[in-house]
Amino acid sequence: MRQSHYKLFVFSMLASMAATAFAAPDAARQAELLYLLKHDCGSCHGMTRQGGLGPPLLPENLQERPTSLMVYTVLEGRPGTPMPPWRGELTEQEANWLVEAMRRGEGL
Amino acid sequence: MIWLLAPVKSVRNHFLLLSTMLPLRFIEKVPDTFRCYRWIILLFVFFSGSYQTASAQCLTRGTGDMGLIIERATGSVQIVDTTAKTSLFRIGELGDLSHASAVFSRDERYAYIFGRDGGLSKIDLLCGRLVKRVVQAGNSIGGAISQDGTLVAVSNYTPGGVKVFAADSLALVADLPAVADDGKPSKVVGLVDAPGQQFVYTLYDAGEIRIADMSDPDKPDVQTFHNIGRLPYDALITPDGRFYIAGLFGEDGLALVDLWKPQGGAQRILDHYGNGREKLPVYKMPHLEGWAIAGHYAFLPAVGQHEVLVVDSQTWKEVGRIAVHGQPVFVVARPDGRQVWVNFAHPLNDTVQVIDTQSLKVIHSMRPGKGVLHMEFTPRGENVWLSVRDADQVQVYDTENFERVAQLQAEKPSGIFFTARAHRTGL
Repeated sequence: MRQSHYKLFVFSMLASMAATAFAAPDAARQAELLYLLKHDCGSCHGMTRQGGLGPPLLPENLQERPTSLMVYTVLEGRPGTPMPPWRGELTEQEANWLVEAMRRGEGL
Repeated sequence: MIWLLAPVKSVRNHFLLLSTMLPLRFIEKVPDTFRCYRWIILLFVFFSGSYQTASAQCLTRGTGDMGLIIERATGSVQIVDTTAKTSLFRIGELGDLSHASAVFSRDERYAYIFGRDGGLSKIDLLCGRLVKRVVQAGNSIGGAISQDGTLVAVSNYTPGGVKVFAADSLALVADLPAVADDGKPSKVVGLVDAPGQQFVYTLYDAGEIRIADMSDPDKPDVQTFHNIGRLPYDALITPDGRFYIAGLFGEDGLALVDLWKPQGGAQRILDHYGNGREKLPVYKMPHLEGWAIAGHYAFLPAVGQHEVLVVDSQTWKEVGRIAVHGQPVFVVARPDGRQVWVNFAHPLNDTVQVIDTQSLKVIHSMRPGKGVLHMEFTPRGENVWLSVRDADQVQVYDTENFERVAQLQAEKPSGIFFTARAHRTGL
C-alpha cells in the first residue's frame, strides 16, 4: 500500500514535470518567440546569438546552466546589468520554451 | 547579317539605327532579306544597345546623393540613390550584420561596413561590389574613419580593443588593446574620430575613456581617463569635434571630455537626471552616435525613461526634458537643427516623433510600422529615410509636411547611411 502511494507520487511528479517541459506554446506563438529572440534579444546577444553587449547564447554556452536559473533571468532580468526583465511580455511557460529552444540551437 | 548579331558599340548602334530607317529606294542592291527584316533589325539593335548600358559594370556618376541600407537578417546591403529614391545594387555575403554600421571614404566612393561578427567590409558604391573583407575580431560593434581618411578603426567586444586598418588595403596598422588596470579586457563602445588624427573610445566594463592619437600610425599615443562612471554604453562627439560625451547605463548621468582641454579630465554632466526614479526595463540600448545638437541645445535620450533630455551645450546644464512616446533609441537632429526626430525601444518601436527645437514640443507623431530601427536625413534634410524592420520596408518622408514620398523594399532593414557622413566628424 505504502509502496503504491510512493509510486503514484513519483508518477504524478514525473507527469507534472513532463507537462511543464512539454506544454509548448502553439506554433504561431513559437514563431513570434523565435522572432523576438532573433531581433530583440539579438540586439544585445547578436542575431546569431554569438554575443555582443550581452553574453553568447549558443547551445555550447548554455550546457552548464540550469534551466530554472535561465528562465528566472529571462523573466526577472539581471539587476546591475542591461538585461531587462521580460515578465509582462513572456509567461513562465514561454520563457521555459525559449530557453529550451536556445539549448537546441533552434532558428540558428 | 552575322556582324549585326555580334556585340556592337553604341556608336555603331546609332549608325545602324539610322541606316535601317533610311528610305531604301536610295540604296542600290539592298538584299531582300534586309528589306523584310529591317524592323526586326531596328528593334534588335535598339534593345541590344540599351541592354549594354544597363549591364555596365560600374556607374559613371557622382556619389554625393548615394548611400546604403543594411539588411541585417540576410547579411546584405542595398546601395541607394537618394535623389531618384531607388535601389541601385544589392551586395550580399557580408556576414552577421546585426547592429552593423558604416563610414565612408572621403571621396565618397567606398563604404566601410562594420559587422557584428568582426567583419570589416570595404564596398565600392559605383560598382556595387565588395572590394575586400577582413574578419578582424570575434565580435565587433562599430567603427570610425580618421580625419585624413587614411585609417579605419574598429571597436571590438571580443576580444575587446580597437584595431586600426589602412583605409586603402585594409592592412592592420595598429592594435590597441582595452585592458584595464586590473588586467581585465573590456568591451569597447562609442568609437569616433576626432580632429588631430585621433580616435576616441570608451571602455564599457572598465569605465574609461581613451584618446588614441594616430598622427604617427606606428606609435599610437593613447591617453586614458579613469572612473568616468559605470557601464558607459555609447558615446558621441559634437559636430565641431570638441566635446566627447559618453552615456552611462549604470548611473544617471553622462561623462564629458573637452578635447580642446583634455587636461581637465572627464567631467560628470546631468548627474542624477533620473532624480532617483526607478528606471523602466530597457529593452533596447539607446544610441548616441546619431548626435542631436541643434543650435545651442543638445538632445539626448534618457535611459530607462520616456523622455528626451535637453541640455545647454555651452554650460552642459539641463534646460528641460520632453515627454515622449517611449524610451528613445535614436534622437537625431535634421541637418538644419530645426527638428529632432526620435524613435523608440521595443515594444513601442512602431512610432516616430518629431520635436520642434524652438518650442521644445512634440509637433508630430506617426506610426510607420513595427520595428522602426533607424532614421537618416538626406544631406540638407528635406527627406528622412526610416527603416521599418517588420514591414521589410524603407520609407521616405518629406520632413516639412510629413507625407510619405517613397518606399523601398528591403529585407529586415536596420541602419541607413548616406555618403554625406564622409565629411562630418564623428559619423
